[in-house]
Amino acid sequence: MNAPVTTLPSAKDFKSDTKPVWCPGCGDHGVLTSLARALADLTCRREEVAIVSGIGCSSRMPAYTNCYGFHGVHGRALAVATGLKVSRPDLTVIATGGDGDGYSIGGNHFLHACRRNVDLTYIVMDNHVYGMTKGQSSPTTEPDWDNALTPGGTGLRPFQPLVIALASGANFVGRAFSGDVIGTAHIIAEAVKSPGFSFVEILSPCITFRPEQRDWKELARPSPVPVTNDAARAARRIMTDDGFNIGILYAGNRKPYQPEIGRAQRSLQDLAREFAL
Amino acid sequence: MTAVDPGDPGADAPAISTVEDLLARAYAMEIEATERYAEFAAQLELHSNVDVADLFRKLAGAERKHAEALARDLAERGVAVAPGAALAAPGAEGLETTLGDALHYLMTPYHALQIALRNELRAFAFFSNLSHSAAPDDIRRLASEFAQEEKLHVELVRELLARLPKPEEDWAYDPDEPRMPD
Repeated sequence: MNAPVTTLPSAKDFKSDTKPVWCPGCGDHGVLTSLARALADLTCRREEVAIVSGIGCSSRMPAYTNCYGFHGVHGRALAVATGLKVSRPDLTVIATGGDGDGYSIGGNHFLHACRRNVDLTYIVMDNHVYGMTKGQSSPTTEPDWDNALTPGGTGLRPFQPLVIALASGANFVGRAFSGDVIGTAHIIAEAVKSPGFSFVEILSPCITFRPEQRDWKELARPSPVPVTNDAARAARRIMTDDGFNIGILYAGNRKPYQPEIGRAQRSLQDLAREFAL
Repeated sequence: MTAVDPGDPGADAPAISTVEDLLARAYAMEIEATERYAEFAAQLELHSNVDVADLFRKLAGAERKHAEALARDLAERGVAVAPGAALAAPGAEGLETTLGDALHYLMTPYHALQIALRNELRAFAFFSNLSHSAAPDDIRRLASEFAQEEKLHVELVRELLARLPKPEEDWAYDPDEPRMPD
């Protein structure tokens, strides 16, 4: 008997037929291409992957990918992704979103997702602005970004997501640039392969509200130092760089958190008993 | 990240040591250009910029024809090519593509052709540099042929550009702009 012919999906297969509504030139187009390419490079099957998001431009990612997807509520992508992964550890779970969704509305979930170190990947497309709601300052916006809503800038120190991820216990920390499609695909693939909570910050320009971010392509460059498994060393490097060093910046060896939920089989009667009054 | 010299394939790009390597590289460049122009067309189409979307789609079609011709050539030499093979090394933009941030929802066909011209010039520079390098004769000969083809494309795009009026200075003005911070 001949063995069944199985074909692994290509990068194109991981893109859905729904065309992105992102602005022409938005960095998120490149991230979508990189994500699809990473999943194909990892020889994933579409039914083995779930992409979970919150709210915002970049959180539309599940609609544009052709695998399981969940477009959830604002800031709660990591809560949903964590629940999904602990109950279905067989799935490759990837949470996606933006800097507002992830660092402001979902900021506390971010800290605790790093701390729990569940085996999932979190991709944040950071453009230092709330794009979907038309250009307000976000947690990562520069303090002196002058605009009509915050004349003279917020004056607030920007959130430092990579250092905070490290301090909170993320097991993998990387930074990518959306214009580097292949390099970003590589970092995403390594993040997915790495056990535990993997955090990938992708600089993804918003050319509509932050047209000056077109300059990012001139600023982003490969990190001059190799990846380390020393969190203190990684933190020092990240805190002293200018935010444009690209690459895998930390890869640790913490054991992922995986409770028995999802593996233990419980009867319906057992569950009903817990809710009995 | 993309501050790559014209004609520089990127430090990590695969070496070209045979004619087959060169054909495979040229094929990958055309595939990459095909996919990028098709993505640009889809982005502009969704924002109802039909003229530019059509132009990008035609450019994608032209690049696809080049890729198909190269694939036939490779097949005759017994070289299998991976569909969707990528050229760009990590960190380097493709030699015949442009980053998406060059787009604007109100851009005109003139702007689209400027992108095409930039791409063709970079491809020409790459093949021309290779044809003048210390590579083996058969590679330099083929690179010279490819350079001539790219030169023709450059001339064609320049002719098309000359037929189009230059955009007004305020071409990006939108009386109903998406940015409404007040």
